[in-house]
Amino acid sequence: MNFDYSDDQKFLKDEARKFLTAHCGSDRVRAVLDDPAKAYDVDLWRAVGAQGWLGAAIPEEFGGLALGHIELCAIAEELGRACAPIPFASTVYFVAEALMLYGSDAQKVRWLPRIAAGDVIGAFATSEGAGPVTARSIRTSVSAGKLTGEKIPVTDGDVADLIVVLARDGLYLVENGAGVTAEVLETLDPTRSAARLTFTDAPCEKLGTDDGIAAMQAVFDRAAVLLAFEQLGGADRCLEMAKGYALDRYAFGRQIGGYQAIKHKLADMYVKNELARSNAYYGAWALNAGAAELPLAAATARVAASDAYWFASKENIQTHGGMGFTWESDCHLYYRRSRQLALVAGSPAAWRERLVGQLEMRNAA
Amino acid sequence: MDFKDSDAEATYRAAARDWLDANIAEHDAGHYPDDMAKAKAWQARKAAGGYACITWPQEWGGGGGTPIESVIFGQEEARHAVDGSYFTIGLGMCVPTVMAYADDATKHRFVGPAVRGDEIWSQLFSEPAGGSDVAAIRTRAVRDGDDWVINGQKVWTSGAHYSDYGIVLVRTNPDVPKHQGLTMFWLDLKAPGIDIRPIHQMSGGSSFNEVWFEDVRISDAQRLGPIDGGWKVALFTLMNERLAIGTSGGVGPADILAFAAQANGTDGPLLKDAAFRQTLADWWVQSEGLRNTRMRTITALSKGQVPGPESSIGKIVAANQLQAIGNTAVEAGDQYGIISDPALTPLKGAFHAATMWAPGLRIAGGTDEILKNIIAERVLGLPGEIRVDKDQAFRDLPVGA
Repeated sequence: MNFDYSDDQKFLKDEARKFLTAHCGSDRVRAVLDDPAKAYDVDLWRAVGAQGWLGAAIPEEFGGLALGHIELCAIAEELGRACAPIPFASTVYFVAEALMLYGSDAQKVRWLPRIAAGDVIGAFATSEGAGPVTARSIRTSVSAGKLTGEKIPVTDGDVADLIVVLARDGLYLVENGAGVTAEVLETLDPTRSAARLTFTDAPCEKLGTDDGIAAMQAVFDRAAVLLAFEQLGGADRCLEMAKGYALDRYAFGRQIGGYQAIKHKLADMYVKNELARSNAYYGAWALNAGAAELPLAAATARVAASDAYWFASKENIQTHGGMGFTWESDCHLYYRRSRQLALVAGSPAAWRERLVGQLEMRNAA
Repeated sequence: MDFKDSDAEATYRAAARDWLDANIAEHDAGHYPDDMAKAKAWQARKAAGGYACITWPQEWGGGGGTPIESVIFGQEEARHAVDGSYFTIGLGMCVPTVMAYADDATKHRFVGPAVRGDEIWSQLFSEPAGGSDVAAIRTRAVRDGDDWVINGQKVWTSGAHYSDYGIVLVRTNPDVPKHQGLTMFWLDLKAPGIDIRPIHQMSGGSSFNEVWFEDVRISDAQRLGPIDGGWKVALFTLMNERLAIGTSGGVGPADILAFAAQANGTDGPLLKDAAFRQTLADWWVQSEGLRNTRMRTITALSKGQVPGPESSIGKIVAANQLQAIGNTAVEAGDQYGIISDPALTPLKGAFHAATMWAPGLRIAGGTDEILKNIIAERVLGLPGEIRVDKDQAFRDLPVGA
């Protein structure tokens, strides 16, 4: 048993942090936040592609580095910490994972090398409105090889080249072009773009089986673990910011970090973050090993990480006081991202429900 | 990251399992809890097999093994109804302190019998005026030739009523600031002048004691560490406490899940209640978080790293969860929930017992608040508390009730 990153993985993580410190300071995140015309940081996206990160978990035969999913988790943690404003999760955690799970050889050969090279941006389109995605909530359908329906919201849908769409009878690959129109949406996190996608007889290709909900959930299980690491990276950064401010800020003649109201708040953050880290590690193991425990481990990792990031991002603002409520403070970048990451693969409430469902199934077995 | 046993670990686990199966059968399993004679016999059997104090050197009666092996054996042993709780404080805190600070003759006299379970040890630190503020100890030891004479009172001493020996922290110099006038000794709890009185807890039981000292005479040879240097020795003991008090036992998410599948909710079984399911998921996430955090601690230990304060996290989370799970099951009974008679309640009263025991667990071994201070100060590096007593002689400090 070894429940930690290996030395090589730690090295990769350190290198990723150095790279992102140099290429993804908060000024770069703000450049996307403040410019409605900017969907993502194009230069950062290219630079990340040049690092090979997009293909970290993609097999060599499909143009990837084949490092493994734990390495991808290490990269995800650093991307989350940096609040990176790029379509990494959509492309890698959702679309590449969906292709690796369900793609035919031809589909993998066609798309995975281009994803690994940074030439293709992906989007995963499931939701059609408010509330959890279920078999009953899906109206998008396919007829004679043409897909018709509306998806809202689709993260990175406005910039995606390849969209994996959930229809009534399964997942479909749709190339962004004929029959696809995008309307950019205003969201809580403008550093990650989102769109309403309307498909009108769009050419499509089946990806996997007819059970679309099961396929979506299998992709969500994998994405949930990777997202948990982004959330963990963000939550840890919030704790660092709160700690730094608590040491710098004086009130009533002493550092505010000396007051127990602040000390205990930050201790609570630390406890939640450590529990989230431990659960994320277990999820990483299950993902990388292809273990049967993955659905439960993924739900556990996601609920813990969503809870930890929400708590850390909101209490970081609180610790910063009035300064934390300003646009110029970085606190809200993390608060916004915590909302985006908590919802993009289904809400915490839906994941709690899924978790208990998994426990019931396990007990019944 | 690998959650499975390595080949060597799997071999060790298989051997441990075989040994347990063979020896539990001979030992007459099922002595849990409260049967000290059987607990001692089991401890002796483990010592003979190299499974007591697995990480300690063999020359001291330990198993000469690794932290991971200790954990593996613990996991396998937990599948059987045997109780090692009599030895937790002695072997987890007191005897390591003796091993670190006593002379060779003392170590040779005491370590072996403790490992074999022949002798049980207690830790005597807390006092009526020194709980969270452990250094506020008032029990006095006064030098008399080659001896010391102790007067005062300790409290919340776990297991003193069945223990043979103890380590005790006393004030030897009241004229200096409080941390600088303390000294540690070991002593025989059966010595003349020691009066042990069980505390009647709010939970109904009596696991703790008051220990009164009236002119108790001990030799200077029983001193552990320098005169007035006891605080450093106490910190060594308490560092081990964090590792010793890890798991809380009691009811967990799996227990309340099983209960909820049977219990009546507003509309069908409680387990189908949406609000209950949300809360259950959070408990599961916490429990798994603690379990996986322990795995990270073991990984750190196995690499020769010093484990961090993860166990402080463990007790805060586990104690509060125990209280919440117990009370949720109690409230689920609606009017019936007030009944605590084990014959009439789910799981033979375990949820009710947890509700009544949890307040103690949130206090014992460091309150929630003290543990959060420890995390904030030692892990996050936030400023320590303002100490108005820091530079004053102990005898000049104001005292309350």
